[in-house]
Amino acid sequence: MKHFELIVQDLGKHFNRRSIFRGLTFSLALGDSLAITGKNGSGKSTLSRILAGVLSPSSGFVQYSSEGSAIQEERMKDAVGFVSPYLNLYDEFTATENLFLLSMIRTNQNSLETRVDDVLRRVGLWERRNDQVGIYSSGMKQRLKYAFALLHTPPMLILDEPTSNLDNDGVKLVKDIVRAQKKIGILVIATNDSREVRWCEKKIVLNVGL
Amino acid sequence: MSSWAGTFAVVSKDVRSEWRTRYAVNSLLMFVVTAVSIILFALRSADPASDLLAGMLWVVIFFTAMSGMSRVFVSEEERGTTLTLQLVATPTVVYFGKLLFNSVLILFLSLIISLMFQLLFQEFSIKSYAVYVISLMLGSLGFSAASTIIAAIIAKTRSRGTLYAVLLFPLLIIPLMAGMSSTIKALEGSPFGEALPDFQVLAAYLMVMVAGSSLLFDYVWKE
Amino acid sequence: MKVVKYSSIVLVTFVIIAGIAIPTVREPQGLFEFPMIPGLGQKSRNIFFHVPVAWTTVVAFLVSMFYGYRYVRTKNMDYDIKSVSSAGLGFLFCFLATVTGAVWAKFNWGDYWNWDPRETSIFILLLIYGAYFALRSALENEEARARLSAVYSMVAGLTVPFFIFVMPRMMAGLHPGAAGDVEGKGPVLELKMSSNMLFVFLVALLGFNLLYVWMLDLRVRAGKIEYQRIKQQTS
Repeated sequence: MKHFELIVQDLGKHFNRRSIFRGLTFSLALGDSLAITGKNGSGKSTLSRILAGVLSPSSGFVQYSSEGSAIQEERMKDAVGFVSPYLNLYDEFTATENLFLLSMIRTNQNSLETRVDDVLRRVGLWERRNDQVGIYSSGMKQRLKYAFALLHTPPMLILDEPTSNLDNDGVKLVKDIVRAQKKIGILVIATNDSREVRWCEKKIVLNVGL
Repeated sequence: MSSWAGTFAVVSKDVRSEWRTRYAVNSLLMFVVTAVSIILFALRSADPASDLLAGMLWVVIFFTAMSGMSRVFVSEEERGTTLTLQLVATPTVVYFGKLLFNSVLILFLSLIISLMFQLLFQEFSIKSYAVYVISLMLGSLGFSAASTIIAAIIAKTRSRGTLYAVLLFPLLIIPLMAGMSSTIKALEGSPFGEALPDFQVLAAYLMVMVAGSSLLFDYVWKE
Repeated sequence: MKVVKYSSIVLVTFVIIAGIAIPTVREPQGLFEFPMIPGLGQKSRNIFFHVPVAWTTVVAFLVSMFYGYRYVRTKNMDYDIKSVSSAGLGFLFCFLATVTGAVWAKFNWGDYWNWDPRETSIFILLLIYGAYFALRSALENEEARARLSAVYSMVAGLTVPFFIFVMPRMMAGLHPGAAGDVEGKGPVLELKMSSNMLFVFLVALLGFNLLYVWMLDLRVRAGKIEYQRIKQQTS
C-alpha cells in the first residue's frame, strides 16, 4: 500500500462507564515507530487492539489511509500484522496448515507456498513446520504468531508484549523484525519493558493523570 | 467477488478442523442415534401413525440443531481463535462461511435421521418424494439460518448452552410447524399443490432470516 | 407528559366502568346498551381489556426493537435504556394479555389453554421477552449487553410478522379470525360492534397505549438517573 498512514482522532475507550483513556490524537506515517507504555491494566492491550481494528473505540476514530484516501473494510485486513498474548492459532493444525488456511481466508493469493516456507524459515520454525501447534512450546507459538503477522507483509505491524515467552534467540529475531519494519513501514509496540520502549522513536504513556 | 473465496476458505478451515477432530461424527451422530433410539423405545408397543412420526422426525432434527449448531462460534471462543478470525476476515465472510458450514452439517444430519426413520418405522413411508425432500431441505436450512446467528450472539456469554436453547427455541417454532405440516402431507401422499403454502412459509422464513442475519451480524461480530 | 399521564388514567378508568357496567342486550337501543355478539354474550367485555393489552405488547416490542436499532447505530446508552424499559413493559403487558386470554378461553371454550395459533403466538412472544432478559443478565459488559440484546430483539422481530399474519391463516383455531372461522375475521375487523361499543373499544385502545407511554417515560427517566448515579460513583 502506497503512502500508508494511520490516523487517530480523539480516541477514547471506556468499559462499563470506567474510562480507560480518552482524547488520543496522533498520526503515523511509513517509517514511524510508536511505543505504548503504562502500568499493568492501563489499557495498552486495549489500545493496541483498537489500532489493529479488532475492537471498536467508545469515541473518536482510527483510520487507515493509502495515498490520502481511507481504506475500505476488506482491505484493512491486509494492512495490519498483529502479535498479542491474546492471539491463538489452531492447535489441531500444523504450522504450515495454519498459515495456509488463514491466508486463504484473508486473500486468495497464488504463490502462497513459497511465502509460507520463507516466513517459517525466517522465524526459525522450518524444522517443526509439520508438527501440530498443540504440541508447540509457548516460545514456538510466539514465533508462529510472528510468521502469521508477517506472511502478508503488512505496512503496519502492531506488537503487544513483543518478546513474551521468547528466549535470547527469539528476542534477537524480534529485534531483527523490528529493524526491518521500521525501514519500510509503521511499527507500534505495547510494552512495559524500557528497552523495548527505546526501540521506538515516539512514545505514549497511558494512565497518567486519570 | 473475492469475498466468496474467503467464505469458502472459512468453510474449508472448519471442514478440515472437523476432519482432524471428528467432533461431528463422534458426538452429533451419537446424539442422533440416541435420540432416535429413545423414540423407538418409547413407541415400541404403540402403533404410531404417520403424523405422529412426522412430528417425532422434526423433534429429533430440532434437538440436533439445538445441540450441534452452536459449535461454529463457540469452539472459536473456547480456543481463543475468535481474534485470529477477526484479523483475517470481514464479518460478512465469517457469517456466510459459518452459515454454509452449519447448513451442510444439518442437511447431512437430517438425511441420516430421515433414513433411520424410514428403516425403523414401518408406518414412515414416503408417498410423495418431491414434497418430502423439499420439506426436509427447506426446514433444515431454516433451522440453520436461525441457529447460526443465535450461536454468534451467545458465543461470548457464560452459560452458553442453556442460553442458546432459550434464545433459539421461540425462533424455530415457525419452521418447525411448517416443516411438520408439509412432512405429514408427504407421508400421506398429498399432491404438491397442497404443500405449497407450507413451502412458501419455509422459503420466506429462510430468506428473511438469512437477509436479516447477514445485516445484523456485523454488530455481533465487531466489538 | 402530564397530559398523557392524566388522560391515560381518565381513559382507562372510563373503560373499566363502561366496559363492565353497560349491559349487553339483543336489540340495543341508545347509548347505554351493547349488542350481543354471537358466541360471546357477556364475555365480549373482555374485548376492551384483552385486545388493547395484546396490541400494546406488540407496540412495546416494536418500540424496543427501534431503540435497539438506534443504539447499535449510535452507541448512545440512552437508547439502550429506552429499549430495555420498553421491553420490560412489553413483558408485563404480554403477561397480562396471556392471562386475560386464558381467562376468556376458559369461559368461552372450556379450557385455559388450547394451542390455538393466537394463543401460541402470544406465548412465543412471552418466551422471546424472557429470552431477551435472560441474555441481558448473562452479559456483564454494558456495551456487549446493549448491543447483543438489541440484535436479538431485531432477529426475533423478524419472526413476529410470521406469527401475526401467517400462523392464524395456516392453522385452524378457536380465536375469531383463524382459518375455519365461519363468522369471518372476528368482531374487531368485521366491525360487529355497535358504534357505542366501538367507542369504548377505541377509548380502551388509546387509554392503554397512553398508559404505556406514561409508564415508559417514567422508566426511562428513572433509568437515566440510575445510569448517571453509577457513572459518577465509578469515575
